[in-house]
Amino acid sequence: METRIVIKKNQYRDSVFLMVINEQTRSLPGINEIAVMMGTVNNKDIIKEVGFFGPEIDSATSKDIVICIRATSEEEIERALAQIDEMLTRKRRPEELEDVYKTLESAIRERPETNFAIISIPGQFAARETKKALNHGLNVLLFSDNVPIEEEIEIKKLAAQFDRIVMGPDCGTAIINHVPLGFANAVNPGPIGLVAAAGTGLQEVVCLIDRAGGGISQAIGTGGRDLSDKVGGLSMLKGLDILDNDDETEIVVLISKPPGPTTTKKILKRVSKSPKKVIINFLGSNPELISSFGATFGQTLEETAFLAVAALKGEQYQHRNFSTSEEELKRRLKEETERMTPNQKFIRGLYSGGTLCDEAMLILNDSVGEVYSNIPLKPKLRLQDLSKGQNHCCIDLGDDYFTRGRPHPMISPDSRGRYIISEGEDPQVAVLLLDIVLGYGAHMDMAGALRESIKVAKAEVEKRGGYLAVVASVCGTMKDPQDFPSQVQNLEDVGVVVMPSNAQAARFAAMIALKNNNRIG
Amino acid sequence: MEKKEAIKEKIKQANRAAVENMLAAQPVWVDVARAGDVIPGMKKNMLLHAGPPQKYENMCGPQRGAAWGALIFEGLANDAKEADQLLASGKAVIEPAHDHDSVSGAAHMISFSQPAIVLENKTNGKVYYTHMKEDTFIALRYGSHGDHTIRKLKWLTEVVSPIFSKGLKKVGGVNCRDIIAKSLFMGDEGHNRNQAETCLFEQMFIPVLLESDLSKEQILEVARVLQHDENFFLYQVMASCKAMLDAGKDVEYSTIVTVMARNGTEFGIKVSGLGDMWFNAPAPMVKGLYFPGFSEKDANPDLGDSCITETAGIGGFAMAASPAIVHFGTATGVGGSVQDAINYTKEMYEITEAENPAYQIAYIDFRGCPTGIDILKVLDTGIQPIINTSISPKEPGRSQAGAGLVRAPMECFKKAFLAFVEKYKLAQKS
Repeated sequence: METRIVIKKNQYRDSVFLMVINEQTRSLPGINEIAVMMGTVNNKDIIKEVGFFGPEIDSATSKDIVICIRATSEEEIERALAQIDEMLTRKRRPEELEDVYKTLESAIRERPETNFAIISIPGQFAARETKKALNHGLNVLLFSDNVPIEEEIEIKKLAAQFDRIVMGPDCGTAIINHVPLGFANAVNPGPIGLVAAAGTGLQEVVCLIDRAGGGISQAIGTGGRDLSDKVGGLSMLKGLDILDNDDETEIVVLISKPPGPTTTKKILKRVSKSPKKVIINFLGSNPELISSFGATFGQTLEETAFLAVAALKGEQYQHRNFSTSEEELKRRLKEETERMTPNQKFIRGLYSGGTLCDEAMLILNDSVGEVYSNIPLKPKLRLQDLSKGQNHCCIDLGDDYFTRGRPHPMISPDSRGRYIISEGEDPQVAVLLLDIVLGYGAHMDMAGALRESIKVAKAEVEKRGGYLAVVASVCGTMKDPQDFPSQVQNLEDVGVVVMPSNAQAARFAAMIALKNNNRIG
Repeated sequence: MEKKEAIKEKIKQANRAAVENMLAAQPVWVDVARAGDVIPGMKKNMLLHAGPPQKYENMCGPQRGAAWGALIFEGLANDAKEADQLLASGKAVIEPAHDHDSVSGAAHMISFSQPAIVLENKTNGKVYYTHMKEDTFIALRYGSHGDHTIRKLKWLTEVVSPIFSKGLKKVGGVNCRDIIAKSLFMGDEGHNRNQAETCLFEQMFIPVLLESDLSKEQILEVARVLQHDENFFLYQVMASCKAMLDAGKDVEYSTIVTVMARNGTEFGIKVSGLGDMWFNAPAPMVKGLYFPGFSEKDANPDLGDSCITETAGIGGFAMAASPAIVHFGTATGVGGSVQDAINYTKEMYEITEAENPAYQIAYIDFRGCPTGIDILKVLDTGIQPIINTSISPKEPGRSQAGAGLVRAPMECFKKAFLAFVEKYKLAQKS
């Protein structure tokens, strides 16, 4: 055991700072004991207690730093001394720390101009905090889910009293004054304003608008239950008011999963009074009803986006099932089906976005027939066993069943990766249908993260003499942080057919399944 | 609904009244006297300890050590073994210092013959007490009870204390509020750092002694104590905080905390509107930095009455005034920057009733220290009071182990709240 005592004359350091040095050097390899202290009478007692003695310690004063090291070798002592010297002379640059406010009250006191709160806490407490925010005159984006519907109604009514909006509960996406909030994409500014009771529906529409050359003024989320008859569309009505009064907004787009019948009429009545052009995509709604109130019906998310862009550019909208040329489509269809075996019949959609999953089911339902799901179009199509697919089916992996205590499939590839592999083991599967959602909050390389699973699944099917088609769409923009082109490239590299929208991906998946079924039929 | 608003208003007014009484306090250190002669209810066989009441058999190691030492010092026991028997048999009794208008630092046991700091709140004339601080880390307050410690106590009692007493009487008392206020501008936060306070006191006190008929040798004894112990003034600060908080006690409907204290086994609080009831939870472990020869495994759970300073709005609550000690943050894993210190203080505004105009912090634009912990705010925000504190060794007989940061346990505040609901019959009115 070696001992070294070093006295740094006339160098004062704060005692707590020296305790930090002690703490961070005592665990160095080979160190048996270390004491770095100012040489005060009391400190010298402590130094003696741990077994360091010598005349240099005795003569040290409260103005001197006393360094005592006991270690297994001279080299270790040198290393510790070097580190101590480094810490004694290190220059710290002041950190730029954000102001953190622990309560709403103090945030508002110190930033009185605040008019917006994002609340993301366990659902059981969310209404209470939302009421607090409303009472302070704030608008609220309520990210939390599991908020009882009675409380949702209560806070939305309170918001109406204060002339404020509650976006949510369970509102994951919004773009307010061009700032993306929650899971949202980087889109160009422009005159199209949206209100949506559907998170990934909103993302898909704003991305398609952006990529078709349009731009967004506001994208307001309402939470998925807003258009149920219980809630009665309180947030969508407020959102309509906001967009009607927003000078930047020229065209209004409303998006929802199937709304309640009473609420549909209530919204449509309000729409009929709007001075702006309104395009509506209520999944599964009656087009005639919507047009009878003076609004334009968009059948799919894609069509809704293109209708809005056409209106913006003053062009006539023309429906096309695919944006690729017919020859190209035929060539691809041949490629994707020629090596399939006759028993490969089914489409399996594995979705991270709930509305995208809904949209795919509506399209598939019209072409290949009934689609099973954990969020089925009809109750009898409910998937009983969620561990694997069945017939044609689309699974929403963002549904509560999969996300309780686990990350959402837009954040983590784990649940989907496992499904991709297990579906590859099912000899009846012809096509896997996927969505890749980009934007803030989403995984930085979801395409890359799913590549291995896709390769494994494809190889598994090939081993059996068949071919697994994988069709996907990427919901995102060129400005998204993930880099849109490389996400597409990542998928194409492993043989995935990447279509320009979820609707087209679903249609192409249906074509593959039909062609293979017809060939044998 | 009306009822609910009415009760809210009552609580609001009660809290304002309680804290106004606290802020009006003028704590003045008036004397050092024999504990048995001044502390109410003090008996020859009685020891006063920090924290909530407890039984001897549950007492933590360092307090046991201190109790043995105090009984040896009193001449009631010849050694630790005899002292242990006296305590186990109930022939020597232990009581919380707080029940005797007193506070006790770390594991210290106040006994009959020890010198007591006597401090008066000149605003209401009430008097509070604590023990004199031994000027070493190897002390009764960390459980030391060896010959060296007993000798030191005797010297403190017989030689040093009479000199302090004489000087204090000559000068007519020392205004502690004044010293604390100044020290907050000089880098002290009043709990783990009392260097400026000690210097300010010394600056005014040594001339007083020099003007007296004391000998040079006597004056030098006091001067050496002040030189050796940077934190000498901590105990005067603690008694000052006790005097201040006690002025706010027993206000009906008030939810302001008047005591936070730890006995090394339990952490306890008292609340103004709930009288003398204690609300306890297991004492947490302190996250901190250790002196050479000590590590986490040597540490006792949180211990001592010194967090009366935080209860009164200084100590951890005034961290922004004392950036030099923010390095404690390094040990707790929350960073050790000056901004962190400021954030600790800012956080405490969320759970307190008022800003103390007498105790200001320059670094945050002279805001007053966050004062008057409201149990309702603690429960509402989930923010637990932050405490700067020393770490006692768990084995009796060793020196101070380290120092660091700890949060008051939430359970104490929950229990107090339930008692409040019960006392004021708030349960049936929603």
